[in-house]
Amino acid sequence: MLYAILCYAHEETVFAWSKEEEAAVMEKLYAVQEPLAASGKLGPVGRLMPTTAATTVRKGKDEALVIDGPFAETKEALLGFYVVDFETLDEAITFSKQLSSVNPGSTSYEIRPFYVFRPGDASS
Amino acid sequence: MTDIAWIDLALASARPKALGALLRYFHNLDTAEEAFQEACLRAIRTWPEKGPPRDPTAWLIFVGRNSGIDAVRKRTKLQALPDEDLISDTEDAESDIAERLDDSHYRDDILRLLFICCHPDLPATQQIALALRIVSGLSVPQIAQAFLVSESAMEQRITRAKARVAKAGVPFETPSLEERAERLSIVSTMIYLVFNEGYSQADPKHEAAAFSDEAIRLARLMLHLFPSEPELMGLLALMLLQISRRPARFSGEDEIVLLEDQDRGLWNQPFINEALALLDKALRHRQPGPYQLQAAIAAIHSRAKRAEDTDWVEIDLLYRALERLQPSPVVTLNRAVVVSKLQGPQDALDLIDPLGEKLGGYFYYHGLRGGLLKQLGLTCQAREAFDRAIALAHSAAEAAHIRRQIDKMQEEATQPIAE
Repeated sequence: MLYAILCYAHEETVFAWSKEEEAAVMEKLYAVQEPLAASGKLGPVGRLMPTTAATTVRKGKDEALVIDGPFAETKEALLGFYVVDFETLDEAITFSKQLSSVNPGSTSYEIRPFYVFRPGDASS
Repeated sequence: MTDIAWIDLALASARPKALGALLRYFHNLDTAEEAFQEACLRAIRTWPEKGPPRDPTAWLIFVGRNSGIDAVRKRTKLQALPDEDLISDTEDAESDIAERLDDSHYRDDILRLLFICCHPDLPATQQIALALRIVSGLSVPQIAQAFLVSESAMEQRITRAKARVAKAGVPFETPSLEERAERLSIVSTMIYLVFNEGYSQADPKHEAAAFSDEAIRLARLMLHLFPSEPELMGLLALMLLQISRRPARFSGEDEIVLLEDQDRGLWNQPFINEALALLDKALRHRQPGPYQLQAAIAAIHSRAKRAEDTDWVEIDLLYRALERLQPSPVVTLNRAVVVSKLQGPQDALDLIDPLGEKLGGYFYYHGLRGGLLKQLGLTCQAREAFDRAIALAHSAAEAAHIRRQIDKMQEEATQPIAE
């Protein structure tokens, strides 16, 4: 089964990391991802730009409204996501725990199984 | 990262919000700072054991407020603060405070805090120093080193600035929409000054170089609180575009590498991408401002794969718009560079000659003038302009850059004309 593992954290803290701190965290995260990638179970991984770069299109009365940012008042923001292929939820929990243990922030990981997934071929 | 490093980071990122809230509470910068210090000390003592609280900023405000009240009480010889254990158990109070202190409350607190630092009575260098000390929490030695003054001199400078601000008084009521817009614009200017203080340093390892990152952090914070301000988007985009070029701006020997000669592969692409996204968002608002225009100009350079792909016509249009919106001899000087690309050195020279009176003490004016005269083959006049530029250079790298141009000119002069 495919799961999305969504990473939520305090954005301001994450963007306070120095270059060295950031590199150290990313290296540890890669180390956790590597075995999964080698076994062919790791799908696309995305790290999102800050919510200040986000735009929301919301249904309006006549026409859809375009709003800056996701929601200004949210404390934790969606910062990135993984797509993984696991037999059981337990495996997904174990993987998320590993990610959590190397991520120094008060990060939470939300595990959501997929109904539909199209890998697509966009890349940049 | 160790526990302590992580706590340091959490404290640093909570600082502007917590300090802003404490300032609103105590109406006194020194009391607010002391209260925040005390809260940080308690955090360092209790967090490693109990783990970080759910909302560190709310925790710090709560504990800081209690300790501030305690300090005031001690002075009036009243009841002391409850034991630390009681204070540390702030789970309920903290979530309560977190409920009430969402971003909309922080907004004016932080704006007020930053606004204090850029009080119009203070010269720009003091504004920068004060913001770095109070809002960013940099130490006095760090700031002193960056400004190349002694610690005691910087300490004095900051104390004097604080006294001046305190005497002038700071309005604590919530600003009206107009006042808020005005404050935002003043604060944006100060943030950009902090950025430039760091960016103008040739050596990226220089103390002041970190100011650029700090300015970007402050701009991110502001944009979080005011997510629909196109000029804040423009400011952040502009700084990200400029800093994206930092790895390419200097060659191995600390020599300045001009934009057109930079290795574009060294530019930081994630920064550029974020800036372009922000700029796209800003332009949708159709409220052009100086930062958006400058960011748009920088974006055109960033979009060009090679220097010769640069869309100078578009850049010229943007500079003309900038000249209309915010006329200044420096903007015209920058447009002259574009004119030299589009129409040649003589037209550019005609454009900048009338600026001599205002920009006579400006390094770039003489540097550009020398370059244009050199292109026209007026070697003697070029040499004169270059000499004046060297005398006005801010850094060794700037002076060396001009000297190389002189050397090149001399080499060309002594070489036999090619057959």
